[in-house]
Amino acid sequence: MATLLLALAAAVAAWGGEQAAKRHARVIVFAAASLTDCLKEIAGRYEQSTGDQIILNLAASSTLAMQVRAGARADIFFSADEARMQALEDEGLLAKGTRRSRLSNTLVIVVAAEGGAEVSSPGDLAGPRIKRLALADPRAVPAGVYAREYLERVKLWPAIRPKVVPMENVRAALAAVGGGDVDAGIVYKTDAAISRRVRIAWEAPRQEGPRISYPTALLADAPQPQAGRRFLDHLGSEPAAAVFRKFGFVVLDGSVP
Amino acid sequence: MRAEDWQLLWFSARMAALGTCLMLPIGLGLAWCLARPRWRGKAVVETLVSLPLVLPPVVTGLLLLRLFSRRGPLGHWLYQGLGWEVVFTWRAVVLALAVMSLPLFVRAARAALEEVNPLFEQLARTLGAGEWRVLLTITLPLARRGILAGTMLAFGRALGEFGATMVVAGNIPGQTTTLPVAIYSSIELGLDSRAWALAGLSAGLAFLAIWASERLARRPRA
Repeated sequence: MATLLLALAAAVAAWGGEQAAKRHARVIVFAAASLTDCLKEIAGRYEQSTGDQIILNLAASSTLAMQVRAGARADIFFSADEARMQALEDEGLLAKGTRRSRLSNTLVIVVAAEGGAEVSSPGDLAGPRIKRLALADPRAVPAGVYAREYLERVKLWPAIRPKVVPMENVRAALAAVGGGDVDAGIVYKTDAAISRRVRIAWEAPRQEGPRISYPTALLADAPQPQAGRRFLDHLGSEPAAAVFRKFGFVVLDGSVP
Repeated sequence: MRAEDWQLLWFSARMAALGTCLMLPIGLGLAWCLARPRWRGKAVVETLVSLPLVLPPVVTGLLLLRLFSRRGPLGHWLYQGLGWEVVFTWRAVVLALAVMSLPLFVRAARAALEEVNPLFEQLARTLGAGEWRVLLTITLPLARRGILAGTMLAFGRALGEFGATMVVAGNIPGQTTTLPVAIYSSIELGLDSRAWALAGLSAGLAFLAIWASERLARRPRA
């Protein structure tokens, strides 16, 4: 009998808890894998100060765009490139006037921190010392697409292409280099900074490197449009910008592309 | 159907065949041991062999990745000793397929071996045949159909393997991409018509493998 009462009490408490949670919104954010660490920090602080809950779905932007297209429930899309965002905009899947370019980043070549290959320029990737190169899938995942476009521009792609090990997202490419099963990889500078198992062998110079831009937008079918807008505003605020900068991102002025 | 797709089919079938070949001697040995009455540690071996059947395939993939990585305990040794790289190469595909198809084969082969009437084996022994001769001339021929069916089942399983392969061999077009992995990446890339074409192809292949397996298991031969 006592157990039954206890169970009943627990059920009532859970119901109450659920009611309390309903007063706060659950905002679902689909964000590029490279944003993992900074968004977790920003979301954690935001949840504490507002009571809204931020649910992060972190994956390759191309995968996220596919999920949105297939009707996944989400409020915000935070892509690692404008192309994925543009595709959704063209299909009318974004809430009008909510798209902003937020961040920029830099590509780097990474090798394993211990016993990594000797690489000092992209040209070395075409040489015999590099047998396998990890990239985010260069057919669709932004980090890989940026890398491919850059290598095409400097005429190295044909020589490097057969060595490419395409990975699910940029963090998977980072992990492959850290694990030592590929000789090098191309990732964002911000990814390289969070891993102790890799070191940066070369960094794309600001002028000649690809123009990397991370846009945000509210989705047209957002279940929580108001709370979504509030979180978008927060992403453009100074406290959020400070976190982005801490992780090595370049914060853009939030212009409309 | 493009030339590329046929190549993919051919590659997948070859990998599955190689994986089955790699698995076969080990699987047969295990099945034979497990068909023996009772010995110490049998239950443990039994459980370990069946594990890849119930573990999420990615977990098996993770274990293989850590073991056979260039810096892993086995991978390091293969790399230094033989110059073999495993992870992210076709060898990893074969390895993953072999491990994932092992439990299915062992189950089928063990059942077939247990069916063999011990009287015949005993008879051969009394006529002076050694254990090897008994195995090769009595036990294996009598269990032949079950073993063949198990082999086809293992081959079919290998054709469809996804999780472990993806983790340990990756998705390198023309080098490690198998049919299921290609279907997955076609979906990811939004190439629905290609995904459907490849799905049809693998359904056809799976149908053939199962059909052959059933046929081999059933047909009584003198």
